[in-house]
Amino acid sequence: MAEVNTGTNWTCYDSSTMTAREIYGRTLAELAKSDDRIVAVTADLEKSTALNKFGVVHPDRLFNVGIAEQDMIGVAAGMAKVGLIPFASSFAIMTCLRGGEQIRTDICYQNLPVKIIATHSGISFGHAGTTHHCTEDFAIMKSFANMTVICPADGIETSKAVRACVDYPGPVYMRIGRGFEPPVYEDEDYDFEIGKATVMRDGKDLTIITCGIGVLQSINAAKTLADRDGVDVQVINMHTIKPIDRQAIIDAAKKTGKILTIEEHNVVGGLGESVANVIAEEGLQVQFKKHGMQDEFSMIGYAEDLYAHYKFDANGICEVVRDYLGIKYEADEDWEDE
Amino acid sequence: MGIDAKDLKQLKQIAKDLRLTVIDVMKWSGGAHVGGSLSCMDMLTALYFKYLNIDPLKPDWDERDRFILSKGHAAAGYIPVLAKRGFFPEEQLKSFNHFGSPFAMHPDTNKVVGCDASAGSLGHGLPIALGMALGLRFQGKDQKVVCMMGDGECQEGSVWEAAMAISHFNATNVITIVDRNKAQIDGTTEQVMALEPFADKWKAFGFDVIEIDGNDMAQVCEAFDKAWAKKPGDKPAFILANTVKGKGVDFMENQVPYHYCNGTDEVCAKAKASIMKMEV
Repeated sequence: MAEVNTGTNWTCYDSSTMTAREIYGRTLAELAKSDDRIVAVTADLEKSTALNKFGVVHPDRLFNVGIAEQDMIGVAAGMAKVGLIPFASSFAIMTCLRGGEQIRTDICYQNLPVKIIATHSGISFGHAGTTHHCTEDFAIMKSFANMTVICPADGIETSKAVRACVDYPGPVYMRIGRGFEPPVYEDEDYDFEIGKATVMRDGKDLTIITCGIGVLQSINAAKTLADRDGVDVQVINMHTIKPIDRQAIIDAAKKTGKILTIEEHNVVGGLGESVANVIAEEGLQVQFKKHGMQDEFSMIGYAEDLYAHYKFDANGICEVVRDYLGIKYEADEDWEDE
Repeated sequence: MGIDAKDLKQLKQIAKDLRLTVIDVMKWSGGAHVGGSLSCMDMLTALYFKYLNIDPLKPDWDERDRFILSKGHAAAGYIPVLAKRGFFPEEQLKSFNHFGSPFAMHPDTNKVVGCDASAGSLGHGLPIALGMALGLRFQGKDQKVVCMMGDGECQEGSVWEAAMAISHFNATNVITIVDRNKAQIDGTTEQVMALEPFADKWKAFGFDVIEIDGNDMAQVCEAFDKAWAKKPGDKPAFILANTVKGKGVDFMENQVPYHYCNGTDEVCAKAKASIMKMEV
């Protein structure tokens, strides 16, 4: 396992060889060495959520409650009530829906500092089948008062977000994928602030506002669009869905006049709707389009095939952008001249 | 601990006074879950006036024992207990249910001084109690966490998730109580969704089942003495408290319709007259 010492107090891990989940587990283990408040709870998924990386270092701080998501969230709430900072981790869909009322009533209503790190979100667990996909979590979580909702772009950002959320007040919901997503950031040498979007690429013709896997794929798409289509696309990493960075949206609208949101989530209730709200409330003159799951249940298949099918990969995003901007494009299918 | 006759009489008197306050709350608030508030009053009294290590002057004191009323609908019983114990003036109870009041049909930990957890949606309290207990144990503390549930509440699956886990983690610092008043909104528990053999279920989940008459103060105290004595390695304590729903108000006792009652002047006067006749 390649480890990169960033020269800070934290040891960062090479996200080209480690999954976001592994980085999460190890980051938490590092944090817990100097913070007695940190404990972790899972529901028979310490391996899948990589909390076992935490458990190896802190066996007395990892509590596996069995396949019982309601109990997992309730236990985390109780631990927070006696002064601890619990990290609760399971698959996103089971956490959000099976433990949903406990998250709302035990954690958010009581405004407790429980940090929920939900793995295998979106359609990242493709071949597990649609029961294990989660394209509803933003909608559910952002509607809970007191809740902060974060979707990091890669393992490095997961590590930074995990650290940032420890002392961030109140509950946090963080969704990460299955973990095999390629990295966006090369190292941890950048500013990460909850609620503050990051401009990943400058551009003047269109702004893509995205999060999670959409960030890298949009950056790659933007490069292709610049090279092949002469379109200058700006990419914003809106890693915090709630509270959303209003100023970043206002600036993007004024600068590019066109906004496209991309999310591995239902377009109903997701990032796109949050951006649309800001546009409407601020009276911004802007063209706007949401790209995501179009209010449908996802298909079965390997994640990369699903990303291609739903146009979440760079090629797909190029198509969505060309379609949106009315750019004619003919794929070069003739291999004879290659 | 044991209890002498004088203390016993005093606790019974407090419980009787509190039953009268429940009827006042029913009147001030317009209506209350009176049946289940009266059934658990003897246990609430014993907990707050004898067993729980708490300090009303320091409601957030770290070293205090914790209590979770998982059957949150008995707030009309629980909140007057906190007032009488001195967490806030009893005068405040008059605001019950009204606009801006800290007190509602279900308790809110962020508004009610001395209340350790919000409750109302059933089946939430026991997992929270377990989390508190594991958290306290991890911090090297030996306080007790007491969780009181309703019997109908045990139809919720999350109760059994937590029951399994309390046993698995040998969380002997959790004291689980069920107020077995045998009725819920739609009828008796056995009509709606049978719980029996109830004691056997808890035994099978690894608990030391202490079955008592939950309206007999001497038995209540004896059960808490046993539960408080539990040490790591013992089976965790489960108090199966057989009670009478509406206890103390003769025309409400074991009557399913008095799960909830509107606080008309007539009903309140009759109810108080009945409670006044209770022996202490």
